[in-house]
Amino acid sequence: MSRRPVDVGDPDRLYTITGGRSRADGGAFDLVTLIVSECEPSTGQQSEHVRILELCRHPTAVVEIAAELSLPITVVRILLEDLQATGRITARHPRVAASAALPDSALLTEVLHGLRNL
Amino acid sequence: MGSATSELPPEARTPLRDTAESGLKIVVVGGFGVGKTTLVRSVSEIRPLNTEEVMTRAGEDVDPVPTESAKTTTTVAFDFGRISLNDRLVLYLFGAPGQKRFWFLWDRLFSGTLGAVVLVDTRRMDDSWYAIDRLEHHGTPFVVAVNRFDGEHAYHSLDEIRTALALPAHVPLIDCDARVRSSGKDVLITLVDHLHHLARERELTA
Repeated sequence: MSRRPVDVGDPDRLYTITGGRSRADGGAFDLVTLIVSECEPSTGQQSEHVRILELCRHPTAVVEIAAELSLPITVVRILLEDLQATGRITARHPRVAASAALPDSALLTEVLHGLRNL
Repeated sequence: MGSATSELPPEARTPLRDTAESGLKIVVVGGFGVGKTTLVRSVSEIRPLNTEEVMTRAGEDVDPVPTESAKTTTTVAFDFGRISLNDRLVLYLFGAPGQKRFWFLWDRLFSGTLGAVVLVDTRRMDDSWYAIDRLEHHGTPFVVAVNRFDGEHAYHSLDEIRTALALPAHVPLIDCDARVRSSGKDVLITLVDHLHHLARERELTA
């Protein structure tokens, strides 16, 4: 079993999926931002949008969506922007900011408890 | 390093709880074949998944594009696993190669990580130097875990390894067996405990 070669010198398929765009507009979606569907897929929707709406009936991280769809993160971010712009998904952003050197100790205590209880 | 882990049938997925509200990140870094994916697998609640990022010109200065080729993009693949810590918090573990040519991936994809685990194979310790150097330079907290497999305990003590890696005294250094869940769990606890100490120190002096 091998992965689908999505980037083997022919980016046409990716450009088709994203409607010709090559990068997401903002840095809105972190790898671990959790995405939640706000509606069911409708007929006539792009198949990738349908898959995302199905996957995200339960919260699903951006990186998991990318893995499940076998698409690069960049492409998934663009698809998510489309869905968010039309209110079909919402995003739960990570509490630890990309710029923060260290999270607060209360959060880390919670993480420690979680790990010890595994 | 498995590359075909992504295509799970939908029914095989383990969804997160609906109460999940915040994702956290820890990066496991180390040389090729050191056991990063094994460690991720041993503690993950899902089969490790694999995904990739298309890197465009932003990565050029650290990942030069061969001049003879007109290629302007490259892809970087990485493995990850997941641990639900409680009803609200979910931790993602990313296994990433530590060599110089992959550093651009770290900066772009792994900003906001809690910290890093540097996984070391004593037979190829130089694979770890670059990662340790960059983490220190970057100010990313980390621990070093020596993956003991094939019963090679006898060869190097932790003290010898600390010296060989020129590792400062404040950086935790531990043995592990990446194949064993409880051992992988201990590595993560060591890291988060270290982070907790650092955070407490900072809060007390602030």
